[in-house]
Amino acid sequence: MTDSVTNPLRDATDRRLPRVPGPCALVMFGVTGDLAQKKLLPAIYDLANRGLLPPGFALVGYGRRDWDTEQFTDYVSESVKAHARTPFRAEVFRQLAEGLRFVSGAFDSAEGFEALRSTLTEVDAAQGTEGNHVFYLSIPPAGFDQVIEQLRRHSLVDKTSTRPWSRVVIEKPFGHDLASARELEQRVSSVFNSNDVFRIDHYLGKETVQNLLALRFANQLFESIWNRNYVSHVQITMAEDIGIGGRAGYYDGIGAARDVIQNHLLQLLALVAMEEPTSFEAGNLRAEKEKLLAAARAPRSLKSHTARGQYTAGWAGGERVKGYLQEDGIPHDSQTETYAAFRVDIDNRRWAGVPFYLRAAKRMPRRVTEVALMMQPAPHLPFHLNDTEQLGANALVLRIQPDEGVALRFGAKVPATPMEIRDVTMDFNYGTSFAESSPEAYERLILDVMLGDPPLFPQHTEVELSWKILDPILDYWADKNTQPEGYAAGTWGPPSGKTMLERDGFVWRRP
Amino acid sequence: MITTIKGTTSAGVQTAISEIRHNLGAGSGMVFTLLVVADAADVDEVRDACLEAGREHPSRIIIATDGSSRSDRMDAEIQIGQDVPGEVITLKFHGEVAQHKASALLPLLLPDSPVIAWWPGAGPAHPSTDDIGVLASRRITDAMGSEDPVAALVERACCLAPGDTDLTWTRLTPWRALLASALDRPRGTVLSGSVHADAHNAPGLLLAAWLRSRLGVDVTFDANAGPGISQVTLTTDEGEVRVTRTDGKMATFSAPDSPTLAVALRRREVPALITEELRVLESDHVFTATMAELASDDSLTQFTSGS
Repeated sequence: MTDSVTNPLRDATDRRLPRVPGPCALVMFGVTGDLAQKKLLPAIYDLANRGLLPPGFALVGYGRRDWDTEQFTDYVSESVKAHARTPFRAEVFRQLAEGLRFVSGAFDSAEGFEALRSTLTEVDAAQGTEGNHVFYLSIPPAGFDQVIEQLRRHSLVDKTSTRPWSRVVIEKPFGHDLASARELEQRVSSVFNSNDVFRIDHYLGKETVQNLLALRFANQLFESIWNRNYVSHVQITMAEDIGIGGRAGYYDGIGAARDVIQNHLLQLLALVAMEEPTSFEAGNLRAEKEKLLAAARAPRSLKSHTARGQYTAGWAGGERVKGYLQEDGIPHDSQTETYAAFRVDIDNRRWAGVPFYLRAAKRMPRRVTEVALMMQPAPHLPFHLNDTEQLGANALVLRIQPDEGVALRFGAKVPATPMEIRDVTMDFNYGTSFAESSPEAYERLILDVMLGDPPLFPQHTEVELSWKILDPILDYWADKNTQPEGYAAGTWGPPSGKTMLERDGFVWRRP
Repeated sequence: MITTIKGTTSAGVQTAISEIRHNLGAGSGMVFTLLVVADAADVDEVRDACLEAGREHPSRIIIATDGSSRSDRMDAEIQIGQDVPGEVITLKFHGEVAQHKASALLPLLLPDSPVIAWWPGAGPAHPSTDDIGVLASRRITDAMGSEDPVAALVERACCLAPGDTDLTWTRLTPWRALLASALDRPRGTVLSGSVHADAHNAPGLLLAAWLRSRLGVDVTFDANAGPGISQVTLTTDEGEVRVTRTDGKMATFSAPDSPTLAVALRRREVPALITEELRVLESDHVFTATMAELASDDSLTQFTSGS
């Protein structure tokens, strides 16, 4: 790590100098998968192109293919050429190529892991990676146990050592309920130090989190209305326009709540609702998120304030699409929900009585993730009733994707009318005021792992607290043992999703 | 959309911008005004660099250049929409107006946001007192754009005002990043250093000055054939940290107890430099200290063309 040494060439005010990680090897499991091919490998190249990879770097792919290093290099080169954000430069790829290795083996193969071990010893010398290793598990949850067990058995990780270090990256879902999350945590922490475990939520890039923190805590304008005195309720939406595609094996039995609400939406909720952290240092930020998640709970009436649905065949965006039960690989009686919505109540001074409505779904009319703070109506309107007929509630909308930005909705007089007031939107887009090609979320994530920067990665306490909120809802749905309510693909979800808000006197905004 | 107006005023340009914006229905999220003072011959190249920088920093970019007509007038070309997130306005000053460019630029500065001036070619000797320079809070020159880069850089070093910066410094960022990260791990005390570059290489001299000011040891500058900076060596009590680049693209990195490794270290083009420069608008103390170090070095005259 860099902070233990005083480097005469560094200066806190020298903002041009990037932090470049120390030497290390990145071992990637699942390197032939979609995610690695489209996101991870290109992100590594982009880092190299931006001069952010250390000269001592190696990338070791582990997989079942019977490849040699040359074939692996071709594969990486193709993936980079097709998906990298920055232009392809031969000399940058040459730098990367010198550290590429491929080890052929299955997750349960003892020979494979022995070969991995000798490859790591080889690159540690030839590429000067000095025994620092990142293990990136870009694999389905079923493989976690096997790989972690093999790493332990072949002593590829020394938990007690900080120099050289070993880190592990795992992706959501982190378990499928509280009990399994705890089990996973135990297994991982028996091999890795808890500071060396990086849980990645690729929906929630570091940039987004930092933008949120800046908006909330760098401005006077917003924080003063950020409480129950002004906010009537909050709507957090993650809508996807796609179906489950080729992910049947992963998705069925998991469903929308486990897939994205447990990690992504509850993290967004925590960031939006938490108190101001003492500093943005890892521990302080985490403390605030944990406090908030501990104060949040499932609604008292699960019957009235939860909704689940499953998309049925229909027309979405001008295309005929299958229903969930007709998708390839889905059992025809599957009860997995593709639409999940529920209310979360937060029992603290700032938010008591302000419901937070969360919804996540597939096959919605469009792809959008946003957090909308819906304001209370003005206490008194000194206008005629018809003047304000078109006036809705003021809203502050934090758009996460696409087109990350902030929109403010408020009433304005329609010009050339006596006094007619209508909603207008003031829209700010990060894309038009700042970098058009901002670093991909994965570049930041990989860089942070190599630097050993944990601040924005949730730790297991947060994961467990999230499951505590979700578990009662999942149990309630499981006990019902009925088919989720159908909704036509390409619509905004089933009727129960709407009535859930209507009971409280609200409606979902159309994102 | 490109609109050309012959013989206009600042108000005329402003009206045209509003009309185009209205027709496009585009909102403006521009973050600063960039004033570029360019030679007529370089305008196309400069505009390309601006377009690229403008993609990362949507802004109002005004390129001011001298026209050849004898009548006193200002011609404007306004480019909005299409591949530009901001606005690119090219102003051509003919006749006497060319002496009063600042008067036309002042009304066109965006409200409430920073103003940056950039001279891609030979800039004024004292940017901070220049007519256009005073409009800006940040003034970017490029010593490499003048005929004698070393002399130009030394002159700037002697009269550096807050807000002045030079692309010579920007060119060094990848080198500095590589050297700084080499010392992120303990390597013992640095005893001395050396920079090898072609004889009239201003960045090489500046890099040596930076190393001197940070490390407080002797750092020699050795002239060779280049291209650009070809080698930097830091001698520590544990051995030598060395970066060698002979082709201007690919470097090798070597350090004690470490194999020799390949590192991509390409010389960067002006668009990349100006993009980086626009990213850091706060004052750069390290640059100031480095320029002070450079200014105090009397041995430099041997590298200026005049000697």
